[in-house]
Amino acid sequence: MPQGSRENILHRVRTALGRSAGQPPSEAPPVRLRIPEVDMEARIASLRMRIEALAGATHRVATAEDARALVAGIVAGRPTVASNSPYLAECGIASLPGVRTGIRETDDMRTAAAAAEVGITSADYALADTGTLVMISSPAEARLVSLLPILHVAVVPRERILTGLDELFTLLPKPADQTSSMVLITGPSRTADIEQILVRGVHGPGQITVIIVG
Amino acid sequence: MSGEFDQKIHQTLEDANLQLAIYTATGRLKERRIEVVASEALPDYQELRTQANALKKHAIENLDYYLEEFERNVTAHGGKVVYCKDATEVSDFVLSLAREKGSRLIVKSKSMTTEEVDLNERLEHHGLESVETDLGEYILQLAHEKPYHIVAPALHKTRYDVADIFEKNLHVPRETVVEKQTAIARAVLRQKFLEADIGISGANFLVADSGAVVIIENEGNARLTTTAPKIHIAVAGIEKVIPRAQDVATFLKLLARSATGQLLSVYASFLSGPRRPGEVDGPEEFYVVLVDNGRTKLLPDKAKRQSLYCIRCGACLNTCPVYRKIGGHSFPWVYSGPIGAIITPQFMGVSHEPGLPFASSLCGACGEVCPVKIDIPKVLLDLRSDVKKTETREKQNRLEKLAFKAFAWVVTHPRIYEFLGRVASSMAPSGNGGWIRSVPPPMNLAPVRAWLSQRDLPPPPSKSFREMWRRR
Repeated sequence: MPQGSRENILHRVRTALGRSAGQPPSEAPPVRLRIPEVDMEARIASLRMRIEALAGATHRVATAEDARALVAGIVAGRPTVASNSPYLAECGIASLPGVRTGIRETDDMRTAAAAAEVGITSADYALADTGTLVMISSPAEARLVSLLPILHVAVVPRERILTGLDELFTLLPKPADQTSSMVLITGPSRTADIEQILVRGVHGPGQITVIIVG
Repeated sequence: MSGEFDQKIHQTLEDANLQLAIYTATGRLKERRIEVVASEALPDYQELRTQANALKKHAIENLDYYLEEFERNVTAHGGKVVYCKDATEVSDFVLSLAREKGSRLIVKSKSMTTEEVDLNERLEHHGLESVETDLGEYILQLAHEKPYHIVAPALHKTRYDVADIFEKNLHVPRETVVEKQTAIARAVLRQKFLEADIGISGANFLVADSGAVVIIENEGNARLTTTAPKIHIAVAGIEKVIPRAQDVATFLKLLARSATGQLLSVYASFLSGPRRPGEVDGPEEFYVVLVDNGRTKLLPDKAKRQSLYCIRCGACLNTCPVYRKIGGHSFPWVYSGPIGAIITPQFMGVSHEPGLPFASSLCGACGEVCPVKIDIPKVLLDLRSDVKKTETREKQNRLEKLAFKAFAWVVTHPRIYEFLGRVASSMAPSGNGGWIRSVPPPMNLAPVRAWLSQRDLPPPPSKSFREMWRRR
């Protein structure tokens, strides 16, 4: 396999900048992260408002049992795949009839997620000020569950709702230390590539439903 | 200005439908940006711009350090970094990897860097199928065209154009409803995603302290490209590196707002290395191709290297009165608008299209909207100077030099300036209260006519400022 031009390019860069190999960098600008104080009720209100503004649906339920009943109604017999999130198991969602879960093999996941109309996940965090779900890939959360089915349902306990990006990056200064993939999801998949007309569900889910528990 | 540049501009100006399409699309994007960066919506917008500029400046000034740090961290997470100096090296790398793995089908998500190096054409020349999956890019690939706009690549295509393109290339019944056209593309491309051997993406940012590639998109095609196939190759310019994952917060707040007026794009993926043990899905192999392709040529010049800060939001295109008239395809390379006018001459050499830095009114709007505060008008002026330096032997330039010398002499000699001013205003046509658009003989020489064909003169005042000043 060609090895490319590593030395050549780095040499050109150093010569142009007047730097030498191994020279430490100049002082970097300080990190700029500001976390506002927002109480939980205001966070929940903001999260719901933002998601709904993007044509997503939100529900707030008091208990895990309520979440299970709500999800059962949404699934309504459609082919469904659920992630291995312990929280879904805790809510009893993973054991709903007709919901496939516990998938550990890549090929099984591809087949199951491609055939499913509904994909159910939890979320590691949600960001109140933008209406964003934070999905960290792990044995508990596969990437394809929130990507291939046309409807993505996320069940999120309220304590995981952060104020916004700055709080997320304060909690996770280096997401790559724990995962190969962290994805921020803000609303359903969309495009406006033809005549600026907004169409949802071009490649990913066209509908997103977020259930806040607690 | 080359004949081709001139001709393309005139073609665009004469096409009324195209004029309307460009004006409407850029106008909408422009309005949406203004709403979401307004001080009520984002009180610290200016501070974020300042921070983004400082981060980019710092990263470029220490580029070798951050590239090596990025490379170490990608390697530590099980990925591989390859440096390529030009288009040939990029395609050679992809081709040899595809051969080694026996790959046939490649899915691609949007990447301006791969447009620079004509990657699709090169791969297809060697018998690979390389499919663009962003809806706009897919339409253009079927139509064999280049992107019209950095973030809205197919803005010049109507639904009827798309209907023709799909009918001819996909052999589907003619369909003019945009939702149904999108569904057709979803179905065709979904199959490609599931069958592809390799996914090639671009990158919006390369995070040095994490060895992570950050990809921003709305459709989900980049997530599919980087998740479904066994091999993921991210292709990015070397200037995309930033120091820390925490810095991404600053750029995320600016990028989608500036590009489309969204608070965040639908998907922002932070990808580092192949899937880890226990993770259910994701690629088995992860490569990052770092591309020079002319970038190192910009580094020595401290003023012009800021052109490399660009995060490809397209805000300068939407706000530019020139882009909004002449459109994207008039520009001689893949980058259009004000950013194209400063990048192209520096990557390709100023003689590639000497007219480019002059295709600007220098109104300054581009610099004002730039989320990373690139002083585009200043760089345009520097490039104009570079163009003139390469043209010294040409006759026209000697005349121009002489004219400017004479002008400088006149304006530095007040009495002569005043005398000539009186002569000129006595000779000028009255304009009848309106603008002067033509002059009578013997003044209507060819250069005067050419000059006036694109400019209107205000009618001469009855009294000069100097006269009024004396009589105050």
